[in-house]
Amino acid sequence: MSTTVSQLAHYNAKVARSRATSEPAWVRWSLIIIALLFLSLFLFIPLAAVFTEALRKGFETYIAALVEPDALSAIKLTLIAAAISLPLNLVFGVAAAWAIAKFEFKGKSILITLIDLPFAVSPVIAGLIYVLIFGLQGWFGEWLIDHDLKVIFAIPGIVLATIFVTFPFIARELIPLMQAQGKEEEEAGLVLGASGWQILWHITLPNIKWGLLYGVILTNARAMGEFGAVSVVSGHIRGMTNTMPLHVEILYNEYNYAAAFAVASLLAFLALVTLALKSYIEWQSAHSVIAAKPVDE
Amino acid sequence: MAKHKQKNVLPGFNLSLGYTLLYLSLIVLIPLSAAFFKTTELTFAEFWHTVTTPRVVASYKLTFGASLFAAIINAIFGLLTAWVLTRYTFPGKKLVDALVDLPFALPTAVAGIALTAVYATNGWLGSILEPHGIKVAFTPLGVVVALTFIGLPFVVRTVQPVLEDLEAETEEAAASLGANRWQTFRRVILPALWPALLTGFALAFARAVGEYGSVIFIAGNMPMVSEITPLIIITKLEQYDYTGATAVAVVMLVISFLLLFAINGLQWWSSRRNSASR
Amino acid sequence: MSIEIRNIKKEFGNFTALDNVNLDVPNGELVALLGPSGCGKTTLLRIIAGLESPDHGSIHFHGEEATDRDVRERQVGFVFQHYALFRHMTVFENVAFGLRVRPKKTRPTEAEIHRRVHQLLELVQLDWLADRYPPQLSGGQRQRIALARALAVEPKVLLLDEPFGALDAKVRKDLRRWLRRLHDELHITSVFVTHDQEEALEVADRIVVMNHGRIEQIGSPQEVYDNPASPFVYKFLGNVNQFNSRVNEGQAHIGDISLSLNQHHSIQNSNALAYVRPHDIEVFTEPNGEQTLQAIVSYIHAAGPSVRLELQPVNESDTIEAEISRERFRELALNQGAHVYLKPRRVQVFLETGTTTPS
Repeated sequence: MSTTVSQLAHYNAKVARSRATSEPAWVRWSLIIIALLFLSLFLFIPLAAVFTEALRKGFETYIAALVEPDALSAIKLTLIAAAISLPLNLVFGVAAAWAIAKFEFKGKSILITLIDLPFAVSPVIAGLIYVLIFGLQGWFGEWLIDHDLKVIFAIPGIVLATIFVTFPFIARELIPLMQAQGKEEEEAGLVLGASGWQILWHITLPNIKWGLLYGVILTNARAMGEFGAVSVVSGHIRGMTNTMPLHVEILYNEYNYAAAFAVASLLAFLALVTLALKSYIEWQSAHSVIAAKPVDE
Repeated sequence: MAKHKQKNVLPGFNLSLGYTLLYLSLIVLIPLSAAFFKTTELTFAEFWHTVTTPRVVASYKLTFGASLFAAIINAIFGLLTAWVLTRYTFPGKKLVDALVDLPFALPTAVAGIALTAVYATNGWLGSILEPHGIKVAFTPLGVVVALTFIGLPFVVRTVQPVLEDLEAETEEAAASLGANRWQTFRRVILPALWPALLTGFALAFARAVGEYGSVIFIAGNMPMVSEITPLIIITKLEQYDYTGATAVAVVMLVISFLLLFAINGLQWWSSRRNSASR
Repeated sequence: MSIEIRNIKKEFGNFTALDNVNLDVPNGELVALLGPSGCGKTTLLRIIAGLESPDHGSIHFHGEEATDRDVRERQVGFVFQHYALFRHMTVFENVAFGLRVRPKKTRPTEAEIHRRVHQLLELVQLDWLADRYPPQLSGGQRQRIALARALAVEPKVLLLDEPFGALDAKVRKDLRRWLRRLHDELHITSVFVTHDQEEALEVADRIVVMNHGRIEQIGSPQEVYDNPASPFVYKFLGNVNQFNSRVNEGQAHIGDISLSLNQHHSIQNSNALAYVRPHDIEVFTEPNGEQTLQAIVSYIHAAGPSVRLELQPVNESDTIEAEISRERFRELALNQGAHVYLKPRRVQVFLETGTTTPS
């Protein structure tokens, strides 16, 4: 109990700062107003604009833009791309984090840097490299034509590009988390006779579930929203290889603003749901961390 | 004796590392190397000519200039935002805090058309700015606006945790030694935030350099004026100039890698600084 | 089950954690590995468990070579320093874990698991906590749950890494006695690691004192306390005064005192160090005719079961500590600054080579 109280006192000390370490009210409020003004200019107003523009021509036009066949097929393709890339990057993320967090080996920091690479690469280049490999003039171009397979300007290309741009998210989330947790619990499982899979399933995964979910949500948001990379490999075939963001672009370029913003509002709504889930997970895991702090008598 | 060398008894090292390396190679390393192989089809002179034509050079200037400008804006206002979010209370703070991550979650194309709608001459903000002779949409300034949006969370999210962990005691100590608030900030707080601030700045810059989706809607994409490098790559691709596109891509890749290493170095520095000060 | 450790060597990079360690742990004994941090005691414990493998040497369980045996087949129970309880499982599930992960053929029935877990929880007197989660427990409770979990798989050997290290003083004392009683009840061969001499002296049947990856001494608590084998053991176990001394032809000279030794008759004028425990120093107010050291009382700590005196010798620079009973203190009627005469009762002299020489 005493720790809880002292934690609370610590928390209060952080919020209610003494006069010596705080600013006068006028400074405080000017800083708050400047920050909110900045965020409004770049975040809040554009976000509000998406929904206003979407509903400008009335609710019926809005719904019509969403249930139109091309829009529906774009939604479907977006879901497919996310549904394939998500589990693949999930398995990779867990495997990479297991190797990096639980073992020592040479070249570990290089490996971590390499996993980060897709963050540093422009999405346009991410699309380009797959064109170089699977495109008509690419390494496997002829072979693919001979076997009547299509990767570029088809769904496999879109999935590959999506995997590339979302590649590091889950691994990046799990590596520091699992490093911080150490390996004592896994060793305890081992001494008690558990097999590798039993340790992974019963000990490691439950311990990292919030971090995992966090990574999955970020991956999903990026997978559904990716534009540059997908744009290069998709070929923009309406109703066939258009994802939602690409559909937005086409409608916008056709000056069909209301429809473009209608589809965009759907994506914006998805982003808001993502942020809400993210806040919830942060709250949950912070909660479990505080509860897990040792309470000595 | 070889068996005695194993250092760790946990299972699954070979499997997990093997899978990691295989997947990494198939998805990232081999495809990326394709870009470098492709450029070997060009002689160095041809390569140099392709990546230094005036239109391409103008795009570098715009891309890197606007990215730098946006990253500086984000460093200043991101620091301010992080400060306000950690130190002060005001109504709706939690909501604001959550919304800071919007650029991470909002698809770039959506951000692009939204910013364009707001900053176009007939838009909410564009119509206010226009009478003052400030045009944002379809100018390089529009590029800066889009890149600022894209990089906004980076500085806030790298500085925020460091600011939260800062001991109130050091500030109290500074106050007890006679420093005023501004001196305390300049001499005690800011030096502690430096590595995080620089890391956030570098991340925002790196992200901005490669950005495509949010920019093309607002930029106007006029050659020599408001055309970014990623768009040059796309344009060349659409003209089936694969080698040309790849050559420009390689230039960007090399710069991105250098940035990545710089960021890793910065993060290493900042984590070392933080742990050493504990 | 007995444990035999033969010529174990272990290096981490340039750091030698264990340097040719040999140790026998007889069946049913409770042994303490005692030493300062970094002395290799935890590494040795982890090697016994199979969590670490030695670079050289071998481990035998009950005479059978077990060096390459997998952790899972060693039948050891291991209690981790920070307990390593599975934080997302209830206390019950934590204790049941070792039984549940067994292959189907050897896995007990659900009813049997229930019976055994509750039996163990009763043994550690925490049956009422079965449905709690580890973060809801106090440090001492976690420690006992960790022990119950280790015992659930019916290990032949119980290994404990700093079992009381993370607890505060009061709980630590209770748990120590409790562990001793538990061991007397179960008689399972147990090894625990500690850096706390008091803990080792109170709990263990035998103490293994380690330093710099080597074993300095093995013996019963009384043996290692009364007859330390090296200056290190002397300093590590309890307080001790160190005197510079010279040994010449079977005589040790400390200041004005000379003592005859049973050994070193052939040693000529060699430097040595003499050790005397504070409670082995007699204090007088008169010279008494005997050979004594002169000193001045520089500080008196009178609070506690006995009185501790800080003494400044007249001819030496290092302060001496002496411990006398309260009765003796009253008898002497000492004040700060008083002139006193000291006579060491039990002295142990170590030559530069390190051989012991009781006087």
